[in-house]
Amino acid sequence: MRAGFLFKEVRIGLRRNLTMTLAVMITVAISLTLLGVGLLANSQVRVMKDYWYDKIEVSVFLCGTLSESPSCSGGPVTAEQRNSIKADIEALPVVDTVYYESQSEAYVHFQERFEGSAIAQNVTQDQLPESYRVKLIDPTKFAVMQSAFAGRPGVDSVQDQRSILEKFFKLLGVLRDGALVIGLASVLTAALLISNTLRIAAFNRRRETGVMKLVGASSFSIQLPFLLEGVFSAIVGWMFSTGLLAGFKLLVDSRIAPLLSFTKFFTWSDVWVASGILLITGFVVSTFASVITLRKYLKV
Amino acid sequence: MIRFENVSKIYPKQNHAALDLVNLEILKGEFVFLVGLSGSGKSTFLRLVLREERPTSGEIIVAGKELNRLSAHKIPELRRQVGTVFQDFRLLPNKTVFENVAFTLHVLGYSQKEINREVPEVLELVGLEEKSNRKPSEMSGGEQQRVAIARAYVSRPAILIADEPTGNLDPATSVGIMKLLDRINREGTTVVMATHDSKIVDSMRKRVIELESGYVIRDQVRGVYGYAG
Repeated sequence: MRAGFLFKEVRIGLRRNLTMTLAVMITVAISLTLLGVGLLANSQVRVMKDYWYDKIEVSVFLCGTLSESPSCSGGPVTAEQRNSIKADIEALPVVDTVYYESQSEAYVHFQERFEGSAIAQNVTQDQLPESYRVKLIDPTKFAVMQSAFAGRPGVDSVQDQRSILEKFFKLLGVLRDGALVIGLASVLTAALLISNTLRIAAFNRRRETGVMKLVGASSFSIQLPFLLEGVFSAIVGWMFSTGLLAGFKLLVDSRIAPLLSFTKFFTWSDVWVASGILLITGFVVSTFASVITLRKYLKV
Repeated sequence: MIRFENVSKIYPKQNHAALDLVNLEILKGEFVFLVGLSGSGKSTFLRLVLREERPTSGEIIVAGKELNRLSAHKIPELRRQVGTVFQDFRLLPNKTVFENVAFTLHVLGYSQKEINREVPEVLELVGLEEKSNRKPSEMSGGEQQRVAIARAYVSRPAILIADEPTGNLDPATSVGIMKLLDRINREGTTVVMATHDSKIVDSMRKRVIELESGYVIRDQVRGVYGYAG
């Protein structure tokens, strides 16, 4: 079968089944878009993790006058303890950088953070602990810090900011997984619709396929026009879904990003990667659905 | 060209055989009538030749191919050597006469140039060269059957199978169709025709194979429809 004849048959088939063709295109567009949103949610979680984990620190709070933990029973931290703690922190291989925050600096930061609030007025400089702020090379290696410094004389407590973010990311992770599950479920729906549409198309054209069989067409050449119809519809659907995702990205950049300045958002390259994954998904799913259906309904 | 050796066919859930130990051979270039009542096994015989069915037992050889050993992807090759014509024509209603005939050649991968050469030639043979742009619905039954014959014959198959080709046609038109099949046979194609039409069989004086309840009860070289007298 020559290409020209083949494409003519495909065109006739698509036109004869126009409403179903449109249904397939729209369903594929929506399902791939949903899956794409899931993929972008995944990118977003990654971007936020990179952004935040880069900023978080481990705080080693030193004993002050108000400290109550057992390791502070000897009173506020001495200059000697302070120096040896610093030396030990710097000696740890997991540590990237470390800096010292004095009570006066802590007071300034506190005032900045709670500016205008009643708490800011009631807090005095000596109520706030001095601390070492430690950035780790790998932020997940908090346990090393914890075991090395918690309970050591002069150290009040060791705090990991990551544990606070962790809850937030767990929530985001659930949302992302939900989006991916919905996306995959709708891709499955699209696959079933493609299969059903081809079944109807095969039934509508049983005269043609019957004649093709009689004159000795191979199974492949009988099935190929149907297969191309399924894949063509899926590709058109994919184009729409990429357009929708690009629109989503523009919306995020223009409307949402200005409101949420504390984080970064997924990039255009994330959108293109997602689009590429959707193209492959659409192609594989439509081919697979078509081949299985046609093998069943268009036997020689 | 076609050989049946001890061929039986029993369809599932049927207690008697559609064909029962049939032995026959049809040679290259022969013209054979297959006669018998409805349900005598004519259609089963033709379906077996086309490998639309497989025999329950026995060997079938068509155009040099042992059908029992023919793998599924080789079936199209067999069917390219066997043209088929049916009582109900089976034309594609949305295509013109030319396109219907060209369909065979498209499917077989002929180029447009070859198609433009072959199709008018075969349409001339069946006497429809003037009507190549008509749709089947605009034609008489006899003309539609000529289109169907042109479609079956355009790729020059070695065997032409005709299942009651005159079943829907009046006697005068049927004669024209028979002349056409006779002409195709004279050009070297083996023709096997299943029919009920005793006048046609009697007038042609060709080999007649009669089936009854799955048995070959008669095989005459220059036979008639029923026993004479």
